[in-house]
Amino acid sequence: MSRAEVDVELSLHTSRRRGRAPSASVLYDAPGPRARRTIWIGSALAAAVVLFLGWRFVYRPLEATGQFSLDLWGPFVDSSNNHCPGAVPHCFDQIWPRLGQGLLATLRAAGLAILASLVFGLALAGLRIQLKHLMTRRYRHLPAPLAWSARGLTVGLNGLTRVCVEVLRGMPVVITIFFVARGLPELGLPPQATMWYLVIGLTLYNAIVIAEVVRSGMEGLPKGQREAASSLGLSSTQTITLVLLPQAVRIMLPAIISQLVVVLKDTSLGFIISYNELLNIGKLAIQLLHNPLQMYFVIGLTYLAFNYALSRLADWTQRRLARGGV
Amino acid sequence: MDVLIERFHLFFDGFLLTLQVCVVAGVLALAFGIVAAVCRISPIPPLRWLGTAYVTVFRNVPLTVVLFFTVFGLPIIGNRAEFLKIHGLDRLFPRLTIDLPYFRLVCLGLAIYTGAFVCEALRSGVNAVASGQSEAARALGLTFIQNLRYVVLPQAWKAAIVPLGTVLVAMAKNSALAGFFGLVGDLSATMQTLVSQEGEPLIPVMIGISFWYLLMTIPASLVLDTVERRRKLA
Amino acid sequence: MRLTRAAAVGTVLALGLGMLAACGNDEPESGPPAASVTFPAGTTMAKLHDAQKITIGTKFDQPGFGLADLNGKPQGFDVEIGKIIASELGIPADNIDWVETPSAVREEYLETGRVDMVVATYTINDARKQRIDFAGPYYVAGQQIMTRADDNSINGPDDFRNGDKKVCSVTGSTPAANIVNYLKDQATQLVLFDTYDKCLDPLRNGDVDAVTTDNVILLGYVSQSPQDFKLVGSKFTVEPYGIGVKKGDDAFRSFVNDVLEKIFADGRYAKAWTDTAGKFDPTVPEAPKVDRYTSS
Repeated sequence: MSRAEVDVELSLHTSRRRGRAPSASVLYDAPGPRARRTIWIGSALAAAVVLFLGWRFVYRPLEATGQFSLDLWGPFVDSSNNHCPGAVPHCFDQIWPRLGQGLLATLRAAGLAILASLVFGLALAGLRIQLKHLMTRRYRHLPAPLAWSARGLTVGLNGLTRVCVEVLRGMPVVITIFFVARGLPELGLPPQATMWYLVIGLTLYNAIVIAEVVRSGMEGLPKGQREAASSLGLSSTQTITLVLLPQAVRIMLPAIISQLVVVLKDTSLGFIISYNELLNIGKLAIQLLHNPLQMYFVIGLTYLAFNYALSRLADWTQRRLARGGV
Repeated sequence: MDVLIERFHLFFDGFLLTLQVCVVAGVLALAFGIVAAVCRISPIPPLRWLGTAYVTVFRNVPLTVVLFFTVFGLPIIGNRAEFLKIHGLDRLFPRLTIDLPYFRLVCLGLAIYTGAFVCEALRSGVNAVASGQSEAARALGLTFIQNLRYVVLPQAWKAAIVPLGTVLVAMAKNSALAGFFGLVGDLSATMQTLVSQEGEPLIPVMIGISFWYLLMTIPASLVLDTVERRRKLA
Repeated sequence: MRLTRAAAVGTVLALGLGMLAACGNDEPESGPPAASVTFPAGTTMAKLHDAQKITIGTKFDQPGFGLADLNGKPQGFDVEIGKIIASELGIPADNIDWVETPSAVREEYLETGRVDMVVATYTINDARKQRIDFAGPYYVAGQQIMTRADDNSINGPDDFRNGDKKVCSVTGSTPAANIVNYLKDQATQLVLFDTYDKCLDPLRNGDVDAVTTDNVILLGYVSQSPQDFKLVGSKFTVEPYGIGVKKGDDAFRSFVNDVLEKIFADGRYAKAWTDTAGKFDPTVPEAPKVDRYTSS
């Protein structure tokens, strides 16, 4: 995430905190009686148009192709198993536990990926800041050739991390996961461990993003913090871990939690390596139940619920932090 | 390494197809995003709720689910994105007007998903305009529309360029999913064919595919970072 | 204070994740009884027998041959053959780890060792023999075309040559590679997905005019929806199905060939057919002659 993306996330969280877009209250005056009437008429009109469009383009095609019939929704809602296709007589009893397994698999992969991304992301952020500090050192106390090689090493490492970060950030996550799942078994790792390849692929991308978020947070801290730390005699590493990181994490927490929502969403990419997460299980069940729209609707709703809850968590943390807590 | 040279046309054609998907989906996403942003900042409550619902849904549902809906769900209810069959664009986007709907459906799905993020990027641009500007406009007696047109939007679009650019770069990366949804010949579909079906060695294919994706994303990201740094200094 | 609270949350998280990682679901599976046998040391058979576990790749989306039920366990003719081979290795059906192997990844999974063998409507051809080895064949199918029940315009692969009919198949399959030779323009006529069942709705809706793959797979889909689909024309290729094993593993390959010849003769082959694919094609197929070629 570049500085730009971080700013977008922060500004959106601040505006959400106030309940509605602040510009809304600023762009127009508090409505007087005539404005209220106009708004009333406009609302009625808008509602009518939206309802009509919804009926014409969403409800009617669905109704016409029988998407509301119990034959298709039965496996999800009919607990008496009356509407199951012939091959699957106990569809209701089987489909919900199966989806539950898929959800657990998703949460498992997402949890591990989140943990790994946080750990590696924070470490990478610290590493990059440390390298940047080292770049300014001149090693005057060392003999000239050693000093030159030390500086060369630092520059080289700095460049290398920069290249790795840009490459891993520029690749689509799908492609990264695909290459990890095909490439690591060739190096001798067990090929059955699809969950770990999914986690590794997700971590490679999201750790980088979290590292960039935290790094821009650290660089945005007032210089006085670093100066105070060095005046207390703290080493570079100590400054980072004791002073800069905690403050940066606290400031960037909403953006970090938003990235965790991205991790949860990206676990659905597991279907390309046949990891049995929620979406893959739905895909397999559709072959037997023949109700794709309904299945994807249920799965989409599940993702929506979980990610919305995570986003609300982001807002809540932002509010608590603004009050000065944690 | 021979595969890079022998099958170069596969990589390049895949790159071109991915580029086409990005352009079509990008234009559509901008359209959806602008409509949604206008809805979200308008004074009419139902439009605000609609805009918020659209953004909340598509920011929280994975792109894979959205693509499953558009590519497999829409044809079931009879919709094949026929409105995208613009015959004038035949030369640029050959797959837009063919009978097979998968190019259009993938672009539509990608656009609906990205539109939510475009809306948020535009809103952050509007938020970036100092509220004093709007207050001054109201003090001068400008109506809502005049305020938007003469004061807020001219300043907002400059602030929105960088977030918008970031969203579009993210969309280019997301277009990699298209190859898994029936789009024959796209970069990720080519990758699958070469590695899984034909057993070409992994590393050269990896380098080849990565090169074309990075060609799309890294220069754009660097440009955006430069623009953003200049704005911060200005 | 803050550190201990964070540590407490962290421990709970770790424990929770550990529990999730450990839990799984195991259902007892029915299958032929495991034979008690011994194998020469060092062979794949001995390794699998001692581990009492085997990983078999099969299709999860092909009715009659390999179709996953709602618990994720595949059923079908290929599955039965796999269970029989496992029982001959002394491994009970419960200990078989079934992995979905869509057409595009079968060679790769064998090469990387993700599966020990593949029984997945796997056509034997020379190109694949460069990467893996085949035991069998155990069944001979042929490529055919399935269209909508009311569509009489397509009667064979040549009907695609004039460029206005569209066909759907699966990435990495021989039928896909074959049908390309009959198409005028791939970009406007060919749709490829990762599994065959994704082709069914496009065929029903009219987005494609045909689905092409081996006749038995199509028979399964036709029998599921006879009012929607029908088979047209006749088989225009010969597709012998083999059992994929890792390249160079000659001992394992001749073991599987021995098992196949045994079951062709003693009726287990016929029973496997009638229990599964026989439900929509009652004629028990004639057992082919296994090909014990020397691996190059």
